[in-house]
Amino acid sequence: MHAIHYYRCLLGITRREALRFLNQRGRFISALVRPLLWLLIFATGFSAVLGVSIIPPYETYITYEVYVAPGLLGMIQLFNGMQSSLSMVYDREMGSMRTLMVSPLPRWFLLTSKLLAGVLVSVLQAYVFLAIAWFWEIEPPWWGYLTVLPALLISGLMLGALGLLLSSAIRQLENFAGVMNFVIFPMFFASSALYPLWRVKESSLLLYYICELNPFTHAVEVIRFALYGRLDPLSAVVVLGWLALFMGAAIYGYDPGRGLLQRRAAAE
Amino acid sequence: MEPVETSEVALLVKGLDHSFGSRQVLHDVAFTIRRGEFTALLGLNGAGKTTLFSLITRLYDHRVGAIEVFGFKLKSQPSAALSRIGVVFQQSTLDLDLTVAENLHYHAALHGLGRRIAAARIAREIGRTGLQERLHEKVRQLSGGMRRRVEIARALLHDPSLLLLDEPTVGLDIASRQFLLTHVRTLCREEGLAVLWATHLIDEVADDSKVVILHQGRIKAVGAVPEVLGQSGKPSMGEAFAAFTKGP
Repeated sequence: MHAIHYYRCLLGITRREALRFLNQRGRFISALVRPLLWLLIFATGFSAVLGVSIIPPYETYITYEVYVAPGLLGMIQLFNGMQSSLSMVYDREMGSMRTLMVSPLPRWFLLTSKLLAGVLVSVLQAYVFLAIAWFWEIEPPWWGYLTVLPALLISGLMLGALGLLLSSAIRQLENFAGVMNFVIFPMFFASSALYPLWRVKESSLLLYYICELNPFTHAVEVIRFALYGRLDPLSAVVVLGWLALFMGAAIYGYDPGRGLLQRRAAAE
Repeated sequence: MEPVETSEVALLVKGLDHSFGSRQVLHDVAFTIRRGEFTALLGLNGAGKTTLFSLITRLYDHRVGAIEVFGFKLKSQPSAALSRIGVVFQQSTLDLDLTVAENLHYHAALHGLGRRIAAARIAREIGRTGLQERLHEKVRQLSGGMRRRVEIARALLHDPSLLLLDEPTVGLDIASRQFLLTHVRTLCREEGLAVLWATHLIDEVADDSKVVILHQGRIKAVGAVPEVLGQSGKPSMGEAFAAFTKGP
């Protein structure tokens, strides 16, 4: 197998993800409606209660809507990562995962391609959200739209890799509801997406530490800084670290010799 | 350079054991399939056929024994081995919301084929299965028999030399079953394709087939139909199969 075969394979997997996505317009709309509802209803209501002081990367006082926008971009990617996980479990139950697994290309490459394809879809959603949010005065500098791209890619990859790992461990489709309750909601609420961490620290030190340890907090912060053309090095390193860890564990999970597929078959 | 097939043995399975935890599901399984040979893998439900398929397609790694495809060891040369295998799984693995063509192009990409070659091969295989008119329809709109034909076309897109089919006729009507059997047998005869066809339906075993009988994870008989009949001392394949799969 040569580089061209790898390239064609990546292209094929991406094309399939895009086609599936286009076929599921409901998924696209719901992926957009969710953060928009938070922005238009929750943030509007909340802004009267919660004042946001000047914290980096912001240089002036900002409205709550401006504060919450990066968190909502993270939310799109979090849901997208979990949605990919759901579709992997579905693919596995329906058998189409086997089509992927019998490809002669290495399994790590197939999984990485699948992950990358899913992330490209989530980045597209994030930009559509940013375009709509512009009408609600979420107006980062023009170059912020460019500098946020790598941040969206690494945070999307990290959350997608988490989804991939979960999909290797989830035994049945029915168990997916547990992912919603025990992964998505705690990750989203115990993070800096909705409120700045200094506020959290004032009310609960324990929750503050949990938020600091939460990889999603760092994904949101990387996006927040990048949207204003700045780099948050600590968060970027943390996101990349979690990405390597989640991806390594997911590849282990799908490894034909060691992984969880065998153990699952044993249980069936 | 792609590795060249030097062996006439399409599939070699030797001393294969497999366990899920403490439950051993395959015991010392061994058989070979030569180029151009149609081999029926006969076994009741739960005999271990699907586990054997999972091991040959490397969904799981084998720990004991050896699997080779045209001389390429599945464990140490998985890419060379897998690129020579076409598979039709027991459960349909097509994406129902994509068209036939989209499904086929996806498979071609997974094997690294370029768009032009893929399009030519798709036209060839779809022509042979008589589904030209359905190429741009969603798979969801096709009958079970047509979906199976698409799966066979898909399994052949990358020009494999060994085709594995895990109970491909389950749930199909008589005409669709007959079509699949005839199509695959023709490929065997005319193109030298080696075939492993898992089934529990005795009437799918023709007199010139090779037979492997698997029962509770153990090989009970291997050979051409007359040899297996001789080993069993029974006059028909149905009776021979019943005799080999009676009791533990």
